[in-house]
Amino acid sequence: MTLADARAFCPGLQSRPADPVGDRRFLQMLRRWATRYCPWVGLEGEDGLVLDITGAAHLFGGEAMMLADMRHRLGRAGIALRIGLADTRGAAWALAHYHEGQAAPGQTLAALARLPVAALRLEERTVIPLQRLGLRTVGDLAGAARAPLARRFGPGLLLRLDQALGRQPEEVSPLADPPHYGVRLTLPEPVGLTADVMAGTARLLDRLCATLAAQQAGARVLQLTLRRVDRDSRQVELRLARPLRDPARILPLFQRAVAEVDAGFGIDQMRLAAMVVESLPARQLSHVGSRRGDRLADLITRIGTRIGLENIRRFLPADSHIPERAFLVAPAAFSEPGTGWASPRPRPLLLFPPEPVTGRESRPPRQFRWRGETLATARATGPERIAPEWWLEDEGWRSGLRDYWLVETRQGRRLWLFFTPQRPGWFVQGEFA
Amino acid sequence: MHSDPLTGFPLRPARMHEACGPAAPAFAAIYAAQAGGDLLWVHDTRRPGGLNPLGLGAFFDPSRLLVAQVDDQTEALAVAEEALRDGSLPLVVVELGQPLGLTPGRRLQLAAKAGQATGICLIAAERMGSNAAETRWRCDPVFDPGFDPGAAAGDSTLQRWELIKNKSGTLGAWHVRWDGTAHRLSVVSPAGKRPGPAGAPG
Repeated sequence: MTLADARAFCPGLQSRPADPVGDRRFLQMLRRWATRYCPWVGLEGEDGLVLDITGAAHLFGGEAMMLADMRHRLGRAGIALRIGLADTRGAAWALAHYHEGQAAPGQTLAALARLPVAALRLEERTVIPLQRLGLRTVGDLAGAARAPLARRFGPGLLLRLDQALGRQPEEVSPLADPPHYGVRLTLPEPVGLTADVMAGTARLLDRLCATLAAQQAGARVLQLTLRRVDRDSRQVELRLARPLRDPARILPLFQRAVAEVDAGFGIDQMRLAAMVVESLPARQLSHVGSRRGDRLADLITRIGTRIGLENIRRFLPADSHIPERAFLVAPAAFSEPGTGWASPRPRPLLLFPPEPVTGRESRPPRQFRWRGETLATARATGPERIAPEWWLEDEGWRSGLRDYWLVETRQGRRLWLFFTPQRPGWFVQGEFA
Repeated sequence: MHSDPLTGFPLRPARMHEACGPAAPAFAAIYAAQAGGDLLWVHDTRRPGGLNPLGLGAFFDPSRLLVAQVDDQTEALAVAEEALRDGSLPLVVVELGQPLGLTPGRRLQLAAKAGQATGICLIAAERMGSNAAETRWRCDPVFDPGFDPGAAAGDSTLQRWELIKNKSGTLGAWHVRWDGTAHRLSVVSPAGKRPGPAGAPG
C-alpha cells in the first residue's frame, strides 16, 4: 500500500521515515535487557526476541508471574508487546503472532490446532496451496497424511510442523555480548602520587590489552577516569597515532597527562576504557622496518597529547592547477604518505595569502613596496596564466584569471606575483628559495 | 672557479643550529635534502603563509615531511625538544618568532645530543638566537644577473650564506646555488667577480 492510499483510508495518519538500523540497535539493547530473565536470549526476525526460560521461571514465581513482570516493565517503558509461551520455539512463535497466550505443558497441539497454517512460519507460496487443499489450520495439517504432504511440498513443511509440536529439536542460539573494553580498579586507600597512579594504570592496561589481544583489536582512544575521594572525578584522554595494544608502549604515553591531574585528597578508583577500538590483526614478524615506524607513531602521539593529534600533518598531492589547492593537508595519524609529487613549473617554497602591491599595468611593476621593503624588479619571468576552477566556489578567486610572474628583485628576494587582468591589480602570493 | 669550500655545512649532526634571514627556510630545505630521512617542521600558525610542498619538491620528497602546527613559542619549543630527544626523526626544523633564551636553547642542544638528531631554529632576526647554538647562519637570496631563465632548468637559487657564529670553527660567507635537477649544492664565486656577462647593474 502506498502512502497516498493509506492517507485516503485514514486522513489523520502520521508518518515517520523508517529507521531499520535504529530499530535493530534498539532490539539489541532490549535483548541485553532481557537477559535479566534468563541467559539464553536470541533475536527473532526483525522485531522479536526469543527467550529460553527453561529452569528460570521459578526465580520469578512461575511462568505467569514472569510474563506479568515483562508486561509490567515493558509497558511502563511504553513498549507494546505480544508474548507467546509454549514448549517449543515454533509453538511460542505461533502463539505470539496469531493468538497471544500460553500453551500448557504437553498441550501444544491443542493450543495450536485452531491457528492458521501461516503460524508455522511458512512461506507465502506454501500457505496458499495448503489453503486450496483445504488445510486451513494447524490441526488440519497435523491430521493429514504425512507422505503426500512431503511429496507435494518437500520436507520443509513437515519440519516446521514437527518443530512446532516438539518432534524435532530447535534451539535458541543466544547472541554473544559484544566485547567490553573497560576495566576498573578500586583501591582500599586513596593514592595521590603520580608513580602510584601510573602503577595502577599499568595494572589496568595489562588487563585491557589482554582483552584487546583476544579480539585482535587495538585501542585508538583511551580514557582514564580517576575518581577522587570527594566523589569528583578527573579524566585523562589519550589519543593514539595508530591502534595499539602493547601495554609497555601505551603506559609512557600516559605519563605527562597523569602528572598534570589534580589528585585532591586522593584517588580511590580508577577506570580505564578504550573509547575507540580498531581492528589490529596479528602481523608476521619481520626483521625490517617496523621498529622505526613504531617509534615515530609514539612520538606523534606524545606530541599530539600536547598540541592535539590533528595538528601534526602531512602533505598529500592533489590534482589541481590552483596553487593553494595543489596539495591537501591531512593529519599524519590518519593518513599514509602520498606519492606522485610533480610540478611542471617552478613553484614557490613559501605560499601565503595574496598581499596587494601597487601597480595596474599588465607588466610587473618596476618598483613596489612589500612588507615594508622597497623592491625593484630586476627580471620577471612569465606570465603563467591560471584560470579559476569555476566549479568550486572560492572567495579568493573572485577576481578571475591570474597571470603569475616570477619576479627576481635587485635586492635578492624572488617573489611570486600575480596580476588579475579582469580586475587590474598586483598581488604577492609566494616566495621562492 | 670555486672559492674556498663551505665550512660548517653540511651542519654538524646531533647539534642545534640557527638560521635567520629571508632565505632561512631554503637553507633548512637544502640541509634536509642533503641529510636525507624524514623531518618534522614545527610551523608557527601566527606566521603568514606556510610551506608549499610543490616548492619543496625541488629539494626533497615532500612525503618525508611532517608539519606540526603550534600557536605559541612555548609549544613550539616543547614539541621540538620532544622530537629531538626521541630521535626517530633525524631533522627537526622550528620556526621561532620571539627571542630564544639561553636556557631553552641549551635544552634543545641537550635534547639534540640525547636523540642524535639535528635541529635547525629559524629565528626571526640575527640577535634573537641563543648562545647555545652550534652555528648561526644568515641567509639572503641574491639576484643572479648571469642567470638565464630560458637555458637553465628550474629557477635561479643564488643565495649568500654567512656563518656568523660557529662554536667549533671559523666564520665565513659563501655564495651558493642549489641545482634542482642534480640535487646538489654548489658554491660559486660572488657575482661581479666572475667571467662571463658583466656584473650586476646596480
